[in-house]
Amino acid sequence: MSAILTTRDIRKSYRMGPNLLEVLRGIDFSVEAGEFVAMVGASGSGKSTFLHILGALDTPDNGEVIFGGHNLARFGRGRLNEYRNRSVGFVFQFYHLLDELDVVENTILPAMAASSILSWPARRGPARQRATELLRRFGLGERLKHKPYELSGGERQRVSIARALMNQPTLLLADEPTGNLDSKTGNDILNVLEQLNREGQTVLMVTHDDRIARRAHRIVRLADGRMVTDRSQ
Amino acid sequence: MIMIQWILAIRYLWKRRISLLAVASVALCVFIVVVVMTVMNGLVEEFRGKNHRFVGDCVVSTESLVGFVYADEFLAILDRQDFIAGASPVIRGYGLLTQPGAEWNMGVEIWGLNLARHIQATDFAQTLYYHPQNPTTAFVPSYNPSLPGCILGIDMMPDRRNQDGTYYHPPQPRQYELIVSGFPLTPKGGLARIGTDLVNTLHVYLSDDSHSGLVKIDGRVVYLPFDTARELFGMAGSIPRSSAIHIRFRPSVGLEAGCERVGRLWNEFKQSCRDREYADLLGEVRVQSWIENRRGAIAPMEKEQTMMIFLFLMLGVITVFIIFVVFYMIISHKSKDIGVLRSVGVSPAGVVAMMLIFASLVGLIGGGLGIAGGSVFLARINTLEDWLYETRGWQVWNRSVYAIGEIPNQIHPPVLIVIGLSALAACWLGALVPAFQAARKRPVEALQPGIL
Repeated sequence: MSAILTTRDIRKSYRMGPNLLEVLRGIDFSVEAGEFVAMVGASGSGKSTFLHILGALDTPDNGEVIFGGHNLARFGRGRLNEYRNRSVGFVFQFYHLLDELDVVENTILPAMAASSILSWPARRGPARQRATELLRRFGLGERLKHKPYELSGGERQRVSIARALMNQPTLLLADEPTGNLDSKTGNDILNVLEQLNREGQTVLMVTHDDRIARRAHRIVRLADGRMVTDRSQ
Repeated sequence: MIMIQWILAIRYLWKRRISLLAVASVALCVFIVVVVMTVMNGLVEEFRGKNHRFVGDCVVSTESLVGFVYADEFLAILDRQDFIAGASPVIRGYGLLTQPGAEWNMGVEIWGLNLARHIQATDFAQTLYYHPQNPTTAFVPSYNPSLPGCILGIDMMPDRRNQDGTYYHPPQPRQYELIVSGFPLTPKGGLARIGTDLVNTLHVYLSDDSHSGLVKIDGRVVYLPFDTARELFGMAGSIPRSSAIHIRFRPSVGLEAGCERVGRLWNEFKQSCRDREYADLLGEVRVQSWIENRRGAIAPMEKEQTMMIFLFLMLGVITVFIIFVVFYMIISHKSKDIGVLRSVGVSPAGVVAMMLIFASLVGLIGGGLGIAGGSVFLARINTLEDWLYETRGWQVWNRSVYAIGEIPNQIHPPVLIVIGLSALAACWLGALVPAFQAARKRPVEALQPGIL
């Protein structure tokens, strides 16, 4: 298998008053196509920050993120937006669904973001069809017209996963996807991620829970901003 | 322009109560501006129109009470010009008015008019109550045509005006005998008579009243036949004098061009008279457009209008600030949404565009509602005022005090367009800063609640 994403010496620090807080202290990492990687670490270890940098939601102070052989730092704004839209799908711990949109509209958000007002009428049908298929697959066929506040936490997270998969991204990035759910619901979400991975979807999941991490094929452990272990199982 | 911008902008508008408050605040401001600007503009335009109609297009006049000589010759020149529709000489002076046996008297302004000429040069005929159809006979009292007549400004007669703005008129003018006194002056400005008989006195009878709508005119001017007034002020004689010539141009002649041509004619005429007797009196004469001539009356009202516009500009600034605060609150609450949009590939410019679409919707709907509401209110404003007066005895302007008929409610589409566009611009201005602030954030920052 080949690496679809590689990082070299990623460093990130934040200024906290007079002090400089070093969150990431040089991380070299790569993920290969079809892998299911869990990144674990205590709170404050820098795992979420690292995930945000991989998803181009944040920028590193130093180091490189190479995706498909291209350095993200050299991407222009348009290409970076396209990267966020098509190459990666992001699943947030707190779902981050838009209250004004229903379940289907939240799911097709990445498709709408990539469509002009003129091109949308032609793309609307196929986009809604894919969104409906994804949502039905995740057991939300009866919830298509519901608003996010009418859904349970597990349902919201499944909508969030459907949204992340809408544009068939190369890499699915999940930031504590079960962190806000009870154990049964969290287990359902993990089953979804496992199933997606079995179908070939590359998944990188951040968690602080070792039991959840054990569901992945490979576990990377961060501590004090450094990668301390990287083992496959 | 991407699809999601439109969908979210429309949803933010309908689903958020604070957005509807923003629409309401824009609508209210636009409503107030439309109503006040229309009424204020109407008052000023009406006032300017009354002044214009009263004096004609151009006035050749002197401020001197002595008047100027050779006006009749210049009048003959004017009569030969094809760009002039009418020219009328006027005598102006000051005197005293009283009644036989009365213990009162009042200082008045006396105008001598040649009615046949004056109705060609001005709209004076329309100010008359009893002789609008045959204004040339307005100095003939209908109750006794053999008596010398006079016209009084309508507000000189006490208690004629009702509080609702209407005037009481008996079927024919009351048979008032009036005594008018004036000081005759020599061409050099001295009293024409010496000794005890300094004053010319006339007995005249009320033949009509004039309602020009100009308070200072209607409240203090007595109109006499031209020759009578000329005699009264000592302006007749071997070299007769006049105070002014009022001129009306043909409709195709522009005001500025017409006044310029009259000015040239006057200068040539003045030059040709330079060696004649009392030619120095011609040096005091000015050729003015009606606007310049009535500047003293119009300017305070225009100043008031300017002040009003300034006050409404201040209101506009407050509106922009209110919209800014509303947008700041909306966008602060929507920080997470902006983070999500950025995480799925919407550009910072796309976020700004979405907020500007939202602002445009607020401005268009709020502005539209304000304009519609203002237009409906203005269409009903006089009915509403009448109803308030009948049921509550309340009036915007007490018509027995102010020379205002109906409240002006003529809507000018260009003014509405300017007000509507200003509301839209105010919304853009209010939304721009928070929108840029939101768009500048890195996606991960925007995803943190309350970050803006």
